[in-house]
Amino acid sequence: MAFKIIASQCTQCGACEFECPSAAIKFKGDTYVIDPDKCTECKGAFDIQQCASVCPVPKTCVASGSSN
Amino acid sequence: MSVPPISLESLTSTTSFDQLLTNAVSIGCAPSPCGSSEKPDDVNPAIWEKIKDHPCFSEEAHHYFARMHVSVAPACNIQCNYCNRKYDCANESRPGVVSERLTPDQALRKVIAVANEVPQLSVLGVAGPGDACYDWKRTKATLGLVARELPDIKMCISTNGLALPDHVAELADMNVDHVTITINMVDPDVGAKIYPWIFYDHRRYTGIEASRILHERQMLGLEMLTARGILTKINSVMIPSVNDEHLIEVNKWVKERGAFLHNVMPLISDQAHGTYYGLAGQRGPNVMELKALQDRLEGGAKLMRHCRQCRADAVGLLGSDRGQEFTLSEIPSEVTYNGKRGAYREVVAGERGAHVAAKVAAAAAVKAAGSRKSLLVAVATKGGGRVNEHFGHSKELQIYQASPEGIKLVGHRKIAQYCHGGWGEDTTLDDVIAALEGIDIVLCAKIGDCPKDQLTAAGIRATDAYGYDYIETAISALYIAELGVEPLAAIA
Repeated sequence: MAFKIIASQCTQCGACEFECPSAAIKFKGDTYVIDPDKCTECKGAFDIQQCASVCPVPKTCVASGSSN
Repeated sequence: MSVPPISLESLTSTTSFDQLLTNAVSIGCAPSPCGSSEKPDDVNPAIWEKIKDHPCFSEEAHHYFARMHVSVAPACNIQCNYCNRKYDCANESRPGVVSERLTPDQALRKVIAVANEVPQLSVLGVAGPGDACYDWKRTKATLGLVARELPDIKMCISTNGLALPDHVAELADMNVDHVTITINMVDPDVGAKIYPWIFYDHRRYTGIEASRILHERQMLGLEMLTARGILTKINSVMIPSVNDEHLIEVNKWVKERGAFLHNVMPLISDQAHGTYYGLAGQRGPNVMELKALQDRLEGGAKLMRHCRQCRADAVGLLGSDRGQEFTLSEIPSEVTYNGKRGAYREVVAGERGAHVAAKVAAAAAVKAAGSRKSLLVAVATKGGGRVNEHFGHSKELQIYQASPEGIKLVGHRKIAQYCHGGWGEDTTLDDVIAALEGIDIVLCAKIGDCPKDQLTAAGIRATDAYGYDYIETAISALYIAELGVEPLAAIA
């Protein structure tokens, strides 16, 4: 499992990039993308996913199993 | 009389350098302050050194000096109900809005390009569009690059305060000697109506707990800055029925903790902005409500009355944003600093001495007039401290109050530009008249008969009789003419 960013809603503020404990988030093209191979959902590091907690737009940084 | 090697056009516009000096001389400089000491008497010399070129920290400096913001810090750690950072619009002017985001390297290029073109530039600020302290790596990198290339530029940041205590030591090391903190409450119950959440210590907090943490961090950050001698300005957004009365308490708290200035700004709220308040129909205060609150705060922490609530990528003198001239696409890929601004400062130093002398004389004349009444005057100016703008070209008017206490700037009113190349719009004038509520007289460099008559019909007099005078000189003459009980006493 991993988290993902809904590109159309992302404001490209980049807060998720520097909060990610796994360096799984990078700016690619014109949006931030979470590398599913690196994303740990913050297990072992934090109680709650950092990217989703800091994201300023509701339902924009979500578990990749969830609907858009 | 020599002409300086740089253009002063954007400062004086209709006034040439020669004319500037002629005007200064014709006003009659008082013997001592002219040309040497432009420092107002009530300011401590060490503080004056810090603020004399900073348009946001000194009302006196804002007539002469320009600031620019570079939008390098998009990430934020709190959500405010008046902010929607997704909405970027070139035509909108309010904090948090930008047209493009810059990397630290791009920001340096932009600063050099602006410094080469805008001789008034004295201050670089990082004001978002997110939070300068939270997005610290980018803020620090930018300030470091600029300090190396343009060491004479003053640097400042603006922050919500949550991450501020973590970076005060670095700010001091980098010679950042001006910091603005937005403080809208000192009571978490009030804060809960303004901040839906904060992100702190790796988790999201909501409700009263979020505001309690934010409040504690803001106070700690302010105290740490004061302890290091860094000047602080506190911005407070006035939100009717949410924190308007409460800002009196905020003023007391920040004064106790050494804040240098308190800036009460009106909430900007519009459904089209997509903010929580905008969508919920929360209104902003009107101009008279804002002024009434500011007047009640007089005597507490010193108030800033000349704020224009600029964008996080604003460029230029306060009130005239030239940001759109300096977008990345307009800037060459390589720029070299030409260092021409020194000449401008020399001219300003002389001109300011004359202006301060004129202000002192004007204040004395008003006090000596023997009236107990006050006069609210709207002034059309392009900068330089003079009544030097045509009424029809004005997009905002500076509001001065003349009273037995003297003459002071108490705010500004934005108006729609009336003149469109030779013809005026009557519907626009109706809006202008509405925006001038409470104003006794409008001073401008020139005004047409038609708008003048219509203003008169609406109970607002306008005159160009004092065109190109120093603002305070014009207002004192007007005050004596209008209210002077014993005009002879003022002369004797």
